[in-house]
Amino acid sequence: MSWGYTINRARDIDMDSNDMTTSKLILEKIPSLQGCIACGACVATCSTGALTKYSLRKVHTLVRRGEYSGLLEELNKCMLCGKCQLVCPRGINTRAVISLIKRELGDHR
Amino acid sequence: MAYNNSWQEYQKDIADDKYFYVRSCIRQNFFPGSEAVFLNILRNDLGLDVKEEAIHTSCTGIGYHSDIIPLETIMTVVARQFALMTEAGYENFISSCITSFGIYTEILETWHEFPETEERAREDLYKATGRTFKKPKNLAHTSDIIFHHREKIAAKAKFKLVNSKTGEPLRVVDHIGCHYAKLFPKKGLGGSEFPYVIAGMVHAWGGDIIDYPERRHCCGFGFRNYLVKANRGSSVANSQKKFESMAPFKPDLIVGNCPGCSMFLDKWQYTIHELEGVAYGENNRGIPTLTYEEMAGLVLGYNPWDMGMQMHQIDVEPLLDKLGVAYDPSEKYLGVNGEYIGRPEDASINNNCY
Amino acid sequence: MNKEVLIIGGGITGMQCAISLTEIGIKATIVEKSDKLGGKLNDWYKLFPTFTSASEVINPIKDRVKALGIDVQLNSEVIKLTPTTITLSDHTIINADAIVICSGFDIFDAKRKEEYGYKIYNNVITSVDLERMFCEGKVENLDNDTPKRIAILHCVGSRDEKVCQTHCSRVCCVAGVKQAIELKELYPKSEIFNFYMDIRMFGSGYEELYKEAQIKHNIHFVRGRISEAAQTIDNKIQIKAEDTLIGRPLKMSVDLLVLMVGMSAGKSNKDFANIDGVNQNNNGFIAPKDLFIDSVSSDIDSIFYAGCVTSPKSVGESITEGIAAANKVAKFLKS
Repeated sequence: MSWGYTINRARDIDMDSNDMTTSKLILEKIPSLQGCIACGACVATCSTGALTKYSLRKVHTLVRRGEYSGLLEELNKCMLCGKCQLVCPRGINTRAVISLIKRELGDHR
Repeated sequence: MAYNNSWQEYQKDIADDKYFYVRSCIRQNFFPGSEAVFLNILRNDLGLDVKEEAIHTSCTGIGYHSDIIPLETIMTVVARQFALMTEAGYENFISSCITSFGIYTEILETWHEFPETEERAREDLYKATGRTFKKPKNLAHTSDIIFHHREKIAAKAKFKLVNSKTGEPLRVVDHIGCHYAKLFPKKGLGGSEFPYVIAGMVHAWGGDIIDYPERRHCCGFGFRNYLVKANRGSSVANSQKKFESMAPFKPDLIVGNCPGCSMFLDKWQYTIHELEGVAYGENNRGIPTLTYEEMAGLVLGYNPWDMGMQMHQIDVEPLLDKLGVAYDPSEKYLGVNGEYIGRPEDASINNNCY
Repeated sequence: MNKEVLIIGGGITGMQCAISLTEIGIKATIVEKSDKLGGKLNDWYKLFPTFTSASEVINPIKDRVKALGIDVQLNSEVIKLTPTTITLSDHTIINADAIVICSGFDIFDAKRKEEYGYKIYNNVITSVDLERMFCEGKVENLDNDTPKRIAILHCVGSRDEKVCQTHCSRVCCVAGVKQAIELKELYPKSEIFNFYMDIRMFGSGYEELYKEAQIKHNIHFVRGRISEAAQTIDNKIQIKAEDTLIGRPLKMSVDLLVLMVGMSAGKSNKDFANIDGVNQNNNGFIAPKDLFIDSVSSDIDSIFYAGCVTSPKSVGESITEGIAAANKVAKFLKS
């Protein structure tokens, strides 16, 4: 029997069921990442962000909520030019962050 | 579970007697005995005066919320309902539908804030029908009325909301409907966060109310969300969210305040089971979903089949067994004249048990 | 000088103002409605951003009031004001040459934000409750001795027109960061989430504390206001917010929800504003004569303000205003 619709899935970030292991590991390896104040300067200056929806600010926030799906593909857009690191007011080593997240999310491809 | 008393800060005036009654459009299809039970309880059990006019109409709320009926039109329709009340010599207007109750409340508030809209509605009504009206002295939803008389009903109760085998209070989920108190929290008993209109009945009749996390969440009806087939997936998802949230509390029954919500909370359980194979409630048979009139009727000892409870999607028999209500299974599908009215094919959630 | 100054309120501001006046030879009397000096700071544990014990601030001030022999009238509530008199609730009238209103603020009643279930769900507490619990050395009501998750919600009763609190209470941002660190030290294994709309670190050392909370104490900051809290079957609190930096709703259950209650205008402000020259802002706080050059003066020569009666302030700022008001009073009495 065709119902003509299916039950929609909630868009909530469910922090009770998300697996935070990878997220915790990344923060332990680069604790300074926790100092991000979401100013968005990294995105404003990003060569890739000018042409695509790639946003390091958003990707890092998703990692911190345990939402990893699709992030590796996003980070693969980065050209590692390093300008984000120059503008970060909290001095986060963004290139190291990008490399680390990509490494840790290898399994989530 | 500790229950808070913040509802006492949200009281509203409810008239004691002499009500002018308007019906819901859809309830007589889905919960066909509820409105008749309401009138019986008020007139026969409580000896109150309730006036009903056969020529009253839909409030057109469904059309209004589906962007079909314009505001001026619905105001004129509402003005006509008030005119019928005025002509019959009544002042206390009661509505059997949450959507309507929201509409009446909202329109009275609009007329209060913008008197020119009231003048316009009066003019439109007069030109169209020659009628004039007084605004109700008191406006209430029919569940407010049952709430108001809950202690008198408790005094006449034949059954309590208690599991007759274990003596434990039944665990009741209430759902009051968005337009009861989210539009004007002070017009709803208990406000919008800790609604007490149904909870008050349940407490008066011996049951417990479950305050589960998604208690305040919308059932998902949303009018155009449900009416457009392609949108129904979001409609049912909202009810599903509520079922998932209430399930760990093992409710014995759900009691709805609103025609649409009651219908969906009953029927979506079937839909979810068909679509995804998930069932809630004891033995995966669903959670019986009642209207507050049906609950009051059971407490007063009315025959469940006379109240139309055979029309529920989720079988009510497990609940009747818990309450200790005697019923004749063979009468389930007999009409008022004793004639067989036909039996629908059992859905998988009904498990063919009754 | 034979002049007398009445100081309404015996919290830190009123006490400091009385001390400053006495030290320059002006007689000051403190009129306090409760049965002891010290005000709300009596119930506070440690102060941001240095984690100094509140008692280390309040005790020296109380001692100084005592040492200087300052006249203190406890259990005396002021119900009426004129430029040269105050009337107490027992209808006693006291004359004065100048009056300094140091009546402070009221703590926002978190019950008014019904959707958070304060006083309904055990594991929902306020920042004020938490300070008291810290003082008593134990966080009550926690069903779990090792809470897995704790949420701290900023701006409860601040920046919220629904409860007529249009103002920012200023100090709760950093207080929330301070309490997050204290909770983390108490429960090192728990995860702590601060839900905020903006983080306003206006004072010396505050921003540094915020960064320390993030990096050293692993405290999470989620930008989004919690819309509702409800109890789950295992007595946790389910909260909903939007993670606005992602743009998706977020939910989680926590063992404890701490509401950072804001500062409301003191209820007595209405009584004080009954005379011409003492005016309330829309948010209920008293409006000083001028925000820049007369911030402790009223439009009446003999009436002055200090501390949170005019707007939310930190402990340090309130003490400074007590000194500033004393200076203005002295200048007025000499003229």
